[in-house]
Amino acid sequence: MIDVNNSPGASGSEPSNDTSATRKNTTELVKATLARRYAAEKRFRFYGIFAIAASLLFLAVLLTSIFIKGLPAFTATKVQLEVTLDTELLGIDATANEDAIRAANYAAVIKKAMRERFPDATKRKQKKELDRLMSTGAEYDIARRVQENPNLLGQTVTLWLQADDELDALIKSGVDLTKPDAISTRMSDQQIAWANQFKETGEVKTGFNTAFFTNGDSREPEQAGIRAALTGSAFTLLVTFLLSFPIAVAAAIYLEEFAPQNRWTDIIEVNINNLAAVPSIVFGLLGLAVFINFMHLPRSAPIVGGLVLSLMTLPTIIIASRASLKAVPPSIREAATGLGASPQQVVWHHVLPLAMPGILTGTIIGLAQALGETAPLLMIGMVAFIVDIPTSITDASTVLPVQVFLWADSPERAFVERTSAAIIVLLGFLVAMNAVAVLLRKKFERRW
Amino acid sequence: MNKFSLVLSSTLLVAGFSHQALARDNISIVGSSTVYPFATVVAERFGKVTGFNTPKIEATGSGGGMKLFCNGIGVDTADITNSSRRMKYSEFESCEKNGVTHIVEVLIGYDGIAVANSLEAPQFNMTTQDLYKALAKSVPNPDGSDSLVENPYQTWDQINPELPAMKIEVMGPPPTSGTRDAFVELAMEGGCKTFDFISDMKKSDSNKFKEVCHTMREDGAYVEAGENDNLIVQKLDANPNALGIFGFSFLEQNSDKVQSSIVDGYEATFDSIADGDYSISRPLYFYAKAQHIGTIPGIAEYLKEFTSEGAWGEDGYLADKGMIPLDDELRAQTATDVAQLKALKLTAE
Repeated sequence: MIDVNNSPGASGSEPSNDTSATRKNTTELVKATLARRYAAEKRFRFYGIFAIAASLLFLAVLLTSIFIKGLPAFTATKVQLEVTLDTELLGIDATANEDAIRAANYAAVIKKAMRERFPDATKRKQKKELDRLMSTGAEYDIARRVQENPNLLGQTVTLWLQADDELDALIKSGVDLTKPDAISTRMSDQQIAWANQFKETGEVKTGFNTAFFTNGDSREPEQAGIRAALTGSAFTLLVTFLLSFPIAVAAAIYLEEFAPQNRWTDIIEVNINNLAAVPSIVFGLLGLAVFINFMHLPRSAPIVGGLVLSLMTLPTIIIASRASLKAVPPSIREAATGLGASPQQVVWHHVLPLAMPGILTGTIIGLAQALGETAPLLMIGMVAFIVDIPTSITDASTVLPVQVFLWADSPERAFVERTSAAIIVLLGFLVAMNAVAVLLRKKFERRW
Repeated sequence: MNKFSLVLSSTLLVAGFSHQALARDNISIVGSSTVYPFATVVAERFGKVTGFNTPKIEATGSGGGMKLFCNGIGVDTADITNSSRRMKYSEFESCEKNGVTHIVEVLIGYDGIAVANSLEAPQFNMTTQDLYKALAKSVPNPDGSDSLVENPYQTWDQINPELPAMKIEVMGPPPTSGTRDAFVELAMEGGCKTFDFISDMKKSDSNKFKEVCHTMREDGAYVEAGENDNLIVQKLDANPNALGIFGFSFLEQNSDKVQSSIVDGYEATFDSIADGDYSISRPLYFYAKAQHIGTIPGIAEYLKEFTSEGAWGEDGYLADKGMIPLDDELRAQTATDVAQLKALKLTAE
């Protein structure tokens, strides 16, 4: 191999007037280092492949661990129970108004139903353990049904009700319930025996966890849902997009197409680049001082979150937009001008459409960054416990990464799977956003 | 498209500015991250069983909460602040200065801080003095003289021959955490004060006293494991040689993995904390702005829900979450005071 490569070098040097000694010297030098250079070349490529393989491996490990941990959160356990809606126990009668129906003592009804199902629970401690099998969500569920149909009062109905997080985890883990000693759980042997009875008679079932997508946050893992955070993220990003996109594109167009090259524009350019590197918490402090303390915008609201995050994403979008405007060939501008287009028409009709794919990519990168941000939101009160689903950009709300953080910090073990599930939803949101960008890019993309 | 979004975003801004005139229709709660898990349970119930909106709760830390709370009166200030310590006089003063004159103080219960290790390891039986000796940066000279030396202890049996001959390795919260503050104040200072010459220092040189009692060692025996108590529990499960410091509710939720150490003769249990026997426990409070009642809907009802037997009683749902209730008498007294919206009066020490 070395010989083959060596021969053209040797023949190439033939016409020159060098002495044969120098020529031989050079050839030998090349010959001696050639093997090393090939090896270096190979190593260099291997580093690249290794880097890609390593990052793919990390990604795979991360995703696998998230999915393995998170997938159980998408199913939930329900228990079938025969409940008598005894008006005496509930403390209301048929004439009760809506408030009274909502506040009635449904817990007592469920406890009674459970005790009738398992008459062997006689001691106080056993009764408490028995009560702990059902979620408080079951109470709200019955309350909702009665509100919808007050005729249910006084009747006996068979309902599928939400199980408590520990029973839920036990059923979903699929362990052999007849051997309680082998199970690592906080539940007592007695509770496991009850769970086993439920299972044998088919009174438990696991199905899709709709509550996870319809509820806001909760301190009970089985009732905790992602909807409030998802809506909050959507509102916040909407505000961020509506503010940062037009402002950033306008700034980029002016700086790239119209601004004179002088000291002032240089200073502006340097500062935009610096701004892109400012830690995000600084924007949070600014938001607190300006938007909340000075302008008196509501605390914890997506409008303030969006304002703060658009400050953060602005430089990213400006830089990306300028780069893609710069990449539009000057011939396009010249041709348009030559045909009589005004500078504004050149930009609107020719340059901007061609630069759009790049601008959109920059915007998506900026928005993706904003989507994952928690630090600046801490300062403006969006790291909060939100149960009610926000309905406007001024309602108190939180965002997805904050929800992940809050759940990761909760003592109940069932929040572990919810944390991972929330991450999956967050990733899904991100993929959806990227998909929109790819579609738009495809639509605008032109080759020349 | 560009013009359209510009117009849209400016309308958005205008809409935002005009909103300040509107009233807020949910309670805004700030404050301690220790009280957060309990306050959220109450808030959630309150939102579900009454017609009011669910209160919004931020975990800002006790001090940060006080600051937001005392900022003034009006819809853009917090209505309630949670705290894992009593309000300081300086905070009370700043509240009064800003017009927050009618504050209702509610002592809700206690929280314990557990020192625990894996169930696979032997249970520790120690005193707060042992804890201080194991974790402080400077400790009294082991030869018995009244001088301080850099912490020389490497294994537990060097401190107390009855403790196992294991390397000292304790995982706990970083200085930013309220749990750490409380641990330092209760366990470290408690152990520190058992030495007379250090305890005398409190009067003569209180700064030096604080430095001696409150500074944790930095040679690797005390590991700052982050704010996340779950993480500490997981690490204990994986490493039976280590001890961990975290909130009682985490101990309760993980009783199949970790066990509490015996400190000053008592294990951290529900009863020992409630009776005041377990020494590393602290009171939990919240403070409500009575002046906001009538402006912000639901405050009085929230107070009522929090102080109902179903919530903070011995069989209440807060006890299920790991909060240690007050004794019957104190509970009844507090509930009456709260119902009458008794105003808080603090005097300078």
